[in-house]
Amino acid sequence: MAGAAGPGTGPGAAGGDGDDSLYPIAVLIDELRNEDVQLRLNSIKKLSTIALALGVERTRTELLPFLTDTIYDEDEVLLALAEQLGNFTGLVGGPDFAHCLLPPLESLATVEETVVRDKAVESLRQISQEHTSVALEAHFVPLVKRLASGDWFTSRTSACGLFSVCYPRASSAVKAEIRQHFRSLCSDDTPMVRRAAASKLGEFAKVLELDSVKSEIVPLFTNLASDEQDSVRLLAVEACVSIAQLLSQDDLEALVMPTLRQAAEDKSWRVRYMVADKFSELQKAVGPKITLNDLIPAFQNLLKDCEAEVRAAAAHKVKELCENLPTEGRETIIMNQILPFIKELVSDTNQHVKSALASVIMGLSTILGKENTIEHLLPLFLAQLKDECPEVRLNIISNLDCVNEVIGIRQLSQSLLPAIVELAEDAKWRVRLAIIEYMPLLAGQLGVEFFDEKLNSLCMAWLVDHVYAIREAATNNLMKLVQKFGTEWAQNTIVPKVLVMANDPNYLHRMTTLFCINALSEACGQEITTKQMLPIVLKMAGDQVANVRFNVAKSLQKIGPILDTDALQEEVKPVLQKLGQDEDMDVKYFAQEAISVLALA
Amino acid sequence: METKLPPASTPTSPSSPGLSPVPPPDKVDGFSRRSLRRARPRRSHSSSQFRYQSNQQELTPLPLLKDVPASELHELLSRKLAQCGVMFDFLDCVADLKGKEVKRAALNELVECVGSTRGVLIEPVYPDIIRMISVNIFRTLPPSENPEFDPEEDEPNLEPSWPHLQLVYEFFLRFLESPDFQPSVAKRYVDQKFVLMLLELFDSEDPREREYLKTILHRVYGKFLGLRAYIRKQCSHIFLRFIYELEHFNGVAELLEILGSIINGFALPLKTEHKQFLVRVLIPLHSVKSLSVFHAQLAYCVVQFLEKDATLTEHVIRGLLKYWPKTCTQKEVMFLGEMEEILDVIEPSQFVKIQEPLFKQVARCVSSPHFQVAERALYFWNNEYILSLIEDNCHTVLPAVFGTLYQVSKEHWNQTIVSLIYNVLKTFMEMNGKLFDELTASYKLEKQQEQQKARERQELWQGLEELRLRRLQGTQGAKEAPLQRLTPQVAASGGQS
Repeated sequence: MAGAAGPGTGPGAAGGDGDDSLYPIAVLIDELRNEDVQLRLNSIKKLSTIALALGVERTRTELLPFLTDTIYDEDEVLLALAEQLGNFTGLVGGPDFAHCLLPPLESLATVEETVVRDKAVESLRQISQEHTSVALEAHFVPLVKRLASGDWFTSRTSACGLFSVCYPRASSAVKAEIRQHFRSLCSDDTPMVRRAAASKLGEFAKVLELDSVKSEIVPLFTNLASDEQDSVRLLAVEACVSIAQLLSQDDLEALVMPTLRQAAEDKSWRVRYMVADKFSELQKAVGPKITLNDLIPAFQNLLKDCEAEVRAAAAHKVKELCENLPTEGRETIIMNQILPFIKELVSDTNQHVKSALASVIMGLSTILGKENTIEHLLPLFLAQLKDECPEVRLNIISNLDCVNEVIGIRQLSQSLLPAIVELAEDAKWRVRLAIIEYMPLLAGQLGVEFFDEKLNSLCMAWLVDHVYAIREAATNNLMKLVQKFGTEWAQNTIVPKVLVMANDPNYLHRMTTLFCINALSEACGQEITTKQMLPIVLKMAGDQVANVRFNVAKSLQKIGPILDTDALQEEVKPVLQKLGQDEDMDVKYFAQEAISVLALA
Repeated sequence: METKLPPASTPTSPSSPGLSPVPPPDKVDGFSRRSLRRARPRRSHSSSQFRYQSNQQELTPLPLLKDVPASELHELLSRKLAQCGVMFDFLDCVADLKGKEVKRAALNELVECVGSTRGVLIEPVYPDIIRMISVNIFRTLPPSENPEFDPEEDEPNLEPSWPHLQLVYEFFLRFLESPDFQPSVAKRYVDQKFVLMLLELFDSEDPREREYLKTILHRVYGKFLGLRAYIRKQCSHIFLRFIYELEHFNGVAELLEILGSIINGFALPLKTEHKQFLVRVLIPLHSVKSLSVFHAQLAYCVVQFLEKDATLTEHVIRGLLKYWPKTCTQKEVMFLGEMEEILDVIEPSQFVKIQEPLFKQVARCVSSPHFQVAERALYFWNNEYILSLIEDNCHTVLPAVFGTLYQVSKEHWNQTIVSLIYNVLKTFMEMNGKLFDELTASYKLEKQQEQQKARERQELWQGLEELRLRRLQGTQGAKEAPLQRLTPQVAASGGQS
């Protein structure tokens, strides 16, 4: 190795070739070889720094060969290496030298661990764009071919992800070869490789000439869609979306639809699930005519599939499907061909199916309009509001805004209230939490009168829930309500009730008062804060529980900026000073923090 | 054929370990996690099996096979097989009780008949038999009701149609085991596709079904020589998918158990294909999260390989070191157990090749804050054979572990571990007192050197970081350059500054 000088000598010599004496590569390579994995990992993560120190020339001639030769390491280190190399083009001298990065990445693309391989492929895809057309054919395409004919499945799966990036810029002779390689991977003996090829089929189809799509991709698609393994067949459904976008209606009907129809009725539920899951994409890709003739009947079957997983996936797509139908005739189609099936699902035996439906069903009201909603959908909403499963009820309530726009929420309020009350008292705190989060929305739609009458007491009850997360959410809820209904409402309905809790025998409830004040003071403004809240806070400074006292300090810090200088100097300052002398360490700490933040020292 | 199965009349022969039920590993704490989980309401679902059932025909009982003259026996047998090909919905437990009973009785009779009557299995009935079996057992397994199914903690979902399915499997098994059974005829129907579907069934959540499948696949492997290579290949595909794609397959333990007896029968020298299976499939299987479910069977397979061919030892041990668990202490204990099994059969010439990395790992385990890991590693010193290997190579092994042991003996929180380490150190002292004294003396020096190195490393990286910053500043003026050319500019402008 050049220069024997150790690190730290002559840092001023930073320049092109002057680096040699500064950091001999041996020292750097020692770091990359350290016995401790963590140190090796750290070094690899700073590989760009090392390359920078070596300069482009020595990075190419010394560092990269070292990295290529020594690839046998912990997967974590390899992952970091694969990621680094993706951004290395500049460090090896720019696009003209980007091909230098291929050897190490090629090895990384063949390792066993999937995450490393995937990252290497990602980096290779990135680097492919930086190659010149000549370099691409001279270096990159041969690499893809080598990977595609590797003897272990790992290299062949990696190859699948590289075809689409090199195809568009290759000459026509090379293009034919690339297609040939892709074809053979689609009928590979190993299902892992066929899965990889199937998952890249759509992407590859997009960069091919239309003739080749018809003559080569379609047969591959048909084969993969009838593979003996359902894990391969279901990936063909995804590819179907991309391929369908490329073909004319006639070609679609002749070349793709027979296969898609078959997939929708596949004997494996996983394939049918995939069709249901990709339904909106498929619908957009095949266009309105085929949708009406083929997809709607297929969708009906999926909605009454024997596997709940499939029904739930289809139920999720109900709204999108209806939205994407052509406006003309949409209402009739939905009313006659979709709604009857939806009605069945409302009383499905499976709760996941019902809750999937409940999460989208409200969206139909905007599409169907007021009359249909009242006559046909409302009974369904009401039935779901009474469902035994809380998730179903929650999903309905969380989407109330859609209905509100169409028919107004009043239609529902009679059924809504019992549902809300029941959820508000549900034994599971996560359910209670969920309903609290919809309170501001409900309040806005139901109006202040209805709220005061029916819901206000619920909101106050949550403040003394035995779960902290609920009390916290209830506090935030109050703040949002005040923002909606205004300060006057707050002063009359909320603030008095909150302040009464300051005398509660339970210290947790007394603290809730403080938390509410923290949340409400800003929304309520200076006057209410100074006149009503501040005296209570100050009084609580004498509480016997230290937690309450230091929360007083925190509250004062929080509401301080809202108060005027007089109140601060004359009322807040003495109390904080007293708390600053408290016997409890935490109280002292927070009091002093408040004093310094409010600049009262 | 390059492989021969052991003459096991049943896969439950004592030669394969897991075949007796594997006891679950001891729980670290006494608490059952189950109590914390809320019971999932059972979701009712219908089975995919009935999707294509054409309109259900009424089954009427046929005469008994034993009551008809021999001339009509085969015609009746065919009709019974056809009857047994009718499927019933078992989720609706009151549906068509009469039909279910007719089929159950027919199946029982078939089981009885194929097991005891000679001369029943003539060539024309083979297709009917295979068709009946296929219709009944081959189905897309339903989605798991519990997506986070933990085979160690959760109750499996039992197959509702088991009352019929069990009889079909029993029939299949007796068919394969019948003295009249002719593989040369059956191979026309039991083909690759059939085997592939059979293997897919191993993902069944029902342990009773997997138990039958295990025995059946073992028989198929034994009787259909032409399918052996294919079965091995498909098993490795299932494992690779399990390792690298899904991490979910219920029948791994059962498949490994069969493979254990297959490996046992491999002829020597081992073919490359088999070695590759060990290195690229069995070793990576150790990295899977649910290792505990099939570890006993896996370790058995690995040790089988090493007993066949000792030269594989280095590959195996380096592989295990590569996949050594970083955070899961329960798995670490299993790895240590397997390592001891391997060391039990290791040849001294192989031991020399891996002793250093191996004992560095063992030392790391001894310093684990989890006392079970430390304890399991220290138990290696209770093994006479391992101890003799250490003694023969103490000039390499001792320096590899001494520093850690010495440090842990002063720091470990658990008294049992500390006293175990004292015992080990005492053994070392008795083994080679002179070396022990040298190591004790150099311990402090090494500690200081380590600190020195850490300081130098910090300085190095600091220097590099400063250099990087200077280079970046140097390019401030050249910011307009196109992004891709930025870094070459860095070098150039750095030189001018």
